[in-house]
Amino acid sequence: MKNRPSLVTEICGIRSPNPFWLASAPPTNTGAQVRRAFEAGWGGAVWKTLDFEPIVNVSSRYGAVDYDGRKIMGFNNIELISDRTLEENLAEIREVKREFPDHALVVSLMVESERGSWHDMVKRVEDTGCDGVELNFGCPHGMSERGMGSAVGQVPEYTEMITSWVKEVAQTPVLVKLTPNITDIRAIGRAAQAGGADGLSLINTVNSIIGVDIDTYRPLPHVAGRGSHGGYCGPAVKPIALHMVHALAADPEIHIPISGIGGIQAWQDAVEFMLLGATGVQICTAVMHYGFRLVEHMVSGLEQWMIDKRFERTSDFVGKTVPAIGDWGELDLGYKVVAEIDQDRCIHCGLCYAACEDGAHQSITRTEVPDQEFATSGGAHFETSGGRRFMAGAGGGYINRYEIDQETCVGCNLCSLLCPVDACISMVTRESGLPSMTWAEYQARLEKGEVEAIRPPQHG
Amino acid sequence: MSLLDPDELARNFAEIRPPFTPDEARAQAARCLFCFDAPCTRACPTHIDVPRFIRQILHSNPAGAAETILDSNVLGGSCARVCPTEVLCEGACVDRILQGEAVPIGGLQRFAVDWADEKGLSVFEPGTDTGRRVAIVGAGPAGLSCAFELRRRGHGVEVFEARDLAGGLNTIGIAAYKITTEYALSEVERVRAMGAEIRLETPIDGAGLAKLMEEYDAVFLGIGLGATASLGIPGEETGGVWEALEFIFQTHRKPFAECGVGRRVVVIGGGNTAIDAATAAVRLGADRVTIAYRRTRADMPAYAHEYELAKSDGVIFEWLSAPLECLRTGGTLTGLRMQRLEMQGVGRDANLVPVAGSEFMLECDMVVKALGQQPLVGLTGAIDGLEIDRGRVVVDPRSGATSVPGLFAGGDCISNGAEVVNAVEEGRIAARGISDFLDGR
Repeated sequence: MKNRPSLVTEICGIRSPNPFWLASAPPTNTGAQVRRAFEAGWGGAVWKTLDFEPIVNVSSRYGAVDYDGRKIMGFNNIELISDRTLEENLAEIREVKREFPDHALVVSLMVESERGSWHDMVKRVEDTGCDGVELNFGCPHGMSERGMGSAVGQVPEYTEMITSWVKEVAQTPVLVKLTPNITDIRAIGRAAQAGGADGLSLINTVNSIIGVDIDTYRPLPHVAGRGSHGGYCGPAVKPIALHMVHALAADPEIHIPISGIGGIQAWQDAVEFMLLGATGVQICTAVMHYGFRLVEHMVSGLEQWMIDKRFERTSDFVGKTVPAIGDWGELDLGYKVVAEIDQDRCIHCGLCYAACEDGAHQSITRTEVPDQEFATSGGAHFETSGGRRFMAGAGGGYINRYEIDQETCVGCNLCSLLCPVDACISMVTRESGLPSMTWAEYQARLEKGEVEAIRPPQHG
Repeated sequence: MSLLDPDELARNFAEIRPPFTPDEARAQAARCLFCFDAPCTRACPTHIDVPRFIRQILHSNPAGAAETILDSNVLGGSCARVCPTEVLCEGACVDRILQGEAVPIGGLQRFAVDWADEKGLSVFEPGTDTGRRVAIVGAGPAGLSCAFELRRRGHGVEVFEARDLAGGLNTIGIAAYKITTEYALSEVERVRAMGAEIRLETPIDGAGLAKLMEEYDAVFLGIGLGATASLGIPGEETGGVWEALEFIFQTHRKPFAECGVGRRVVVIGGGNTAIDAATAAVRLGADRVTIAYRRTRADMPAYAHEYELAKSDGVIFEWLSAPLECLRTGGTLTGLRMQRLEMQGVGRDANLVPVAGSEFMLECDMVVKALGQQPLVGLTGAIDGLEIDRGRVVVDPRSGATSVPGLFAGGDCISNGAEVVNAVEEGRIAARGISDFLDGR
């Protein structure tokens, strides 16, 4: 194909053939894995977190949340950092980097909060020829009990201090990986930047208990009957991550690039992270679920989307949506949308009706149309078999017609979100009869008597 | 006698729709959209809350699912096997529009009921004894359903069955690859466990019925239908000519290897029973099975999916043809003399006119008559004041009440032949009607 867009990404000086990196996690535990990942097409990898001494992991480590028949909507783990020796890891890092000079190879680190220890570790790791280091200030379980991981990332002063120690010796770019288990991500992001960080990676996992086995009353996962809180990730955490990535991207005080992480399983997820300010992305859970081959679809999807949108390089769209998100108080109270059901597409499942009636604003009507009348009006046709007539969606002699009462519809989106049919329910803009105004402007106009108090739509 | 070996016969009669594994059930259950005012439930004659039981399966509550099903339909297990779901619940399923394929509701229903059966779960209890006694004539689906519902209300029930097995056509009249005798009988036990007494080999005639009317507080007629209509042609009275139900009965009562079947079998008729008989003949090892029907494919009362099954079994169809005579050599059936018919008009109201010079021969050593069963007018005609319309006992569809006070009816005797699920619902409606009647409402 001619005129392919370039997916080459550069984040704080680290270049990779595409923005898809493996996050520091089980998929980057060994040289063999990272080698296979690069062969499969991954643009970069962050090596599983190293310390001087290997840790010991427990048996039974992961738990998952399934959703009505689909596996692993959310995933958690109580696994710790690398359980292999530093020497083994460093040797493999050196080897892989030599074999794949054009791929980004970053090494995740977590050592005790001693300046000397950090200096020593950074020097030894950089000696492998790796492209950068990532400081793991994020893991919420296990290591945090030893004063590492999120125990650092939850305290701005610690974050700044340790980052600055690392920067004292680091020759390569330093990324700081942030924990979402905080009140305001910007405080930690600013602290890392103040310590000299070249980039921010987020989010690490969310502190969680994945579940309880209701037959045995044991926590999940369990180790000889006992559990511990673990790090939650997977598709379910993406919105939390998007919010935090955006919060940093939109923060006027933060100027360093962001590597977006959290629940990315498809190329669209990556695009969303990038539109909200991430220069590149890191992925783990989806690979643990489906393997390294996922990256082919991600590269292809991103490329096709960029061709479609006429972007030549990823930097053309990074951060594009950032300015569109701000405070609620900036939203326009004069803007109005209502739902509209395309009757030709409706399959008569009634999910919109039940949801609107019980969970929203009672603005969908249900009319029992005799099936004969429905058929003659061209809505559908009867099928016959052995003299019996039947019609999908009909039963008991009628078919339900669902319609939006646009006078009372508040435009909440609920029906359009849960409708199982593509493009059946759309949200259309309507004249609200109100001027375009924010909450503050509305308050001012109210005071001056320029507008009447806005009431929710009244049901007749 | 079948020429096939027992292993091959067993394979031939293996269940056509094997049960779902838990993984299959979960995957299929996940497809259900959980419709509001669900079309499947509306299309089910017994109005089983389908979205509810499917969600119960999805959320690991098969016992609850079985309760949902059996609460509406005590024969929910056999309906899951024998219902023409394609034209009922699954025909109404909106996933047919969305995904081109219905959620397999029948299979999921079976999964739940089988699960409860395997665990030996019984969730229903008889009501507090009312002291009232109801006689039920016929232990088929209508009678069993009526008995079950009456017991839930605390009324005493005695069921009188002419045959030596309860369950009616469910037990012996449906293709053996859809439902086994054992399964149908296990559902009889579900009713018996509620305290209904079932007296087998106790046929009731007109005088017997009059006695029941005197001795019991109410009587329910669930007598079904009688013998198959005759062909009305020479030679049909002697060997080699079977009634379709008799032919199917044997597959439920004897080892397959001992079942009678010809090498060349002609089934006369175009209904679902004709298909069941033809496909059974194929499975028993007949070399050539032909269905001869006087109308066309489009007018056949058999369901489209049943026709497709017969076709894929290799059954040959002779449309617009009728038998004239059974041909015999030395008393042995050798063939049927047939003639072609022409339809004058459209559909089932069209006149069927013989085509001159169109006679032809169908070689065969077995003829199976599947022309539909005749009403038991001998019994119903003996009841004073019982309104009958074209052989059907007339009832109030809301209560099952006949024109005779205290006498209720349901099942094939009021419909002249419908599905098991219709009989179940009619038995249930009548149980409500009887209860109201006993309460003086």
